[in-house]
Amino acid sequence: MLEQIDLSTVNWARAQFALTAMYHWIFVPLTLGLTFLCAFFETIYVKTGKEEWKQLTRFWMKLFGINFAIGVATGIILEFEFGTNWANYSWMVGDIFGAPLAIEGILAFFLEATFFAVMFFGWNRVSKGFHLFSTWMVAIGSNLSALWILVANGWMQFPTGMAFNPDTARFEMQNFFDVIFSPYAISKFTHATTSGFALSSFFIIAVSSYYLAKKRHVLMAKRSIAVAALFGLISSLLLAFTGDEAAFIDARHQPMKLAAMEGLWNGETRAPIVAFGLINGMKEPGDYNEPFVFAFKIPGLLSLLANRQADSFVPGINDLVFGNKEQGIVGAAEKIEKGRLAVKYLAEYKNAQKSGDLTGASTALSQFNKYRDYLGYGHLAQPKDAVPPVPLTFYSFHIMAAVGSAMILVFFLYLVFIARGTIEKNTWLYPVGIVFFILAFMAGEAGWVVAEVGRQPWAIQDLLPVTVARTDIPSSNVKLTFFMFLVTFTLLLVAEIRIMLKQIKIGPKEVN
Amino acid sequence: MFGNLPITTLQELWWILASVVGSLFLFLTFVQGGQTLLWQLGKNETEKSLIINSIGRKWELTFTTLVLFGGALFAAFPKFYATSFGGAYWVWIAILFTFVIQAVSFEYRKKPDNLFGSKVYEAFLFVNGAVGILLIGAAVGTFFTGANFILNEYNLVKWTTPLRGLEAAGNFFNLSLGLFLVFNSRVLGALYLLNNIDFAGMDDFKGRMRDAVLSNFLAALPFLLVVLVSLLTMKGLDVDPASGHVQMVSFKYLKNLVALPHVLAILLVGLGLVIYAVYSARFQENDRGIWPAGLGTVLVGLAVFFTAGFNHTPFYPSLADPQSSLTIYNASSSHYTLTAMTYVALLIPVVLAYIAYVWHQMDKKKLEASEVEGAEASESY
Repeated sequence: MLEQIDLSTVNWARAQFALTAMYHWIFVPLTLGLTFLCAFFETIYVKTGKEEWKQLTRFWMKLFGINFAIGVATGIILEFEFGTNWANYSWMVGDIFGAPLAIEGILAFFLEATFFAVMFFGWNRVSKGFHLFSTWMVAIGSNLSALWILVANGWMQFPTGMAFNPDTARFEMQNFFDVIFSPYAISKFTHATTSGFALSSFFIIAVSSYYLAKKRHVLMAKRSIAVAALFGLISSLLLAFTGDEAAFIDARHQPMKLAAMEGLWNGETRAPIVAFGLINGMKEPGDYNEPFVFAFKIPGLLSLLANRQADSFVPGINDLVFGNKEQGIVGAAEKIEKGRLAVKYLAEYKNAQKSGDLTGASTALSQFNKYRDYLGYGHLAQPKDAVPPVPLTFYSFHIMAAVGSAMILVFFLYLVFIARGTIEKNTWLYPVGIVFFILAFMAGEAGWVVAEVGRQPWAIQDLLPVTVARTDIPSSNVKLTFFMFLVTFTLLLVAEIRIMLKQIKIGPKEVN
Repeated sequence: MFGNLPITTLQELWWILASVVGSLFLFLTFVQGGQTLLWQLGKNETEKSLIINSIGRKWELTFTTLVLFGGALFAAFPKFYATSFGGAYWVWIAILFTFVIQAVSFEYRKKPDNLFGSKVYEAFLFVNGAVGILLIGAAVGTFFTGANFILNEYNLVKWTTPLRGLEAAGNFFNLSLGLFLVFNSRVLGALYLLNNIDFAGMDDFKGRMRDAVLSNFLAALPFLLVVLVSLLTMKGLDVDPASGHVQMVSFKYLKNLVALPHVLAILLVGLGLVIYAVYSARFQENDRGIWPAGLGTVLVGLAVFFTAGFNHTPFYPSLADPQSSLTIYNASSSHYTLTAMTYVALLIPVVLAYIAYVWHQMDKKKLEASEVEGAEASESY
């Protein structure tokens, strides 16, 4: 099927996708949450009729607009990178993956694009009610957009509702509803959007804390914090709940990712959570090296999170690579053997078809059907290739989980102090809010590293490795575009930060 | 309902839908046209701000339509998406790059501390309007002139030239189509601005706008003629519907227009509408020429896409291996996916309706200079 695999091209394509996705995720979570926060602020303005709420809304909208533009810029590259760098992927799963992207365009992008103009330029052109409606439409549109792209991403983690068609050599959709209502789609959407809501709340808290520290725009800052802290607290609680649900689903459908997240090499009952630890980066599947230099573990907690039973068995990386008969686990080694047979019989089927040998084609097809479930594994060179980068997945997961848990407390404190009217006395909290805005960014990025690096070597879990999914192109092209986008995105990010800081310094218009 | 339709009907329906989206994008390139007119027509900051703020309220719509065009092709014709984007790598990367720099330019151009200064963002807008549209034209041109790819038995693409698609811009037909689109977008841009801006007290500015409509149409004309004459005389690939065998035939696209007289009719009506719009804007002081010109552009776009894809014609011919050429029948998604997508497409009229409503609400009052300067201008582009 693939004569030569240029790993250099694959790795540069992965790096480029990671670069684009991580830059995109700097801007998108702010868009997801700030739209709702702007909608809340404007709703209060329309309900109360107070001009200061209008100015408050317009100020946050201005910052939202600065961020929105660059989110759009990085988004278009992501969509088309599936074609430019992952052409085989686009063909082999485009029948399923393309649909959510097109639906995103029809149902979400136009909602955003159309009402965005009203939100920014319609203050004196449409009625107050229609303007508020438009702001809500932008909020709903941007989150609907997240829904469809996360449906697509959820399908990459847990491919369902499809079958491989040997005649077209691609996967084809069998059930649209299985794709859009897959547990991964729902989990991805709720977890990613709530993380965006929490981050946006911290953005507002951080900027408002700066104003409080400088004793500028005090009333506006306190009002903004009140709404953002409440929204942030609710979002962060939901974030924790959906995170727990995501781990539970991973245990069912991506056990290798879960094992890497916890650095669990040998499966065990009463499997522990590692509260913190230092990974031994030299450890390989099947060797006897210690997995950690040191680790503080909480026994039974991983089993509880993964299976809702503290004494249940959680498979480790070695079980998933070499198999575990006692637990009924088929390892990657055995799957690769079967997968190679699937690849062989598919080639025989294609050759027989080409030469008009109908009997040969029929025989090859029936053989292929015996092993078709393992087709993806047939492209892995060795069993250990089924293991994602463990240290990166482990540390990313732990950074995400630690920050995600701590942010609940920070939101709670802001809410309590604002409710008691003591926020101006607790000035120590201001730098905490600002630092947590940066930490929330890191946690969001780390979350995507867990999701995407933890899925490696697969582009589509168990079906399509990244080595097959790539475009047949010399690596120099991808390398060049990698640096082209790196420089462009970095410069645009610097421009955005400078503009944003200047606008924050200028501050909102005060109402006399 | 749609599940009972034959797959060929769904494939044709989705080619029509993709063509409609692509043609609407061509109409909406009035934004790019306006971008390239900025330096030519805006003689002072107020005039420049009026141009930027007028088209800047629509840039996202154009951008989104382009993204949907890509998304619709991905969903309905994934083999084209894989072949063209993966194969003609550099031409698509270059197009995308021009849209990346466009996306930030409206918002950042006038903001303090914007790193590059407003002139650079204006240059970004010019590059998007000129180079971006030129390359899109060249890419669409390959629907007729072909591209350098081979597909293997697994339908995986191999590109046969090291330029990875940039060679398309060196073809005279493709280049002519690209330049025609650039100048047509400038005609549309000037017409849109004529209709959208309140020129009270700025007769000179308005006069420049009217002149730009005519001069850019005249500049587009030779490229349009090259495209039309080439199209009517060029050879093209034809698919035998029974065997699927692909062969080169003379006057292929002329034969398509003869076989599809309704396509010929919409082409002629489309061209007529654009000519009428230019004439009435320049010589009859009509400010609403954007509508006939826009409709005309959509009709011409539809005719181009239909000529490329219907009547047993590969819409993406392979120069390296004609049998690898893509048709709307061999490049499409499965029957199931096309059916599911068709149900979703039922919402398209709703989307068009709210776009039209919001467009009307926002544009019923023309853009005044007071909105882009002074106290009210702090949130303008």
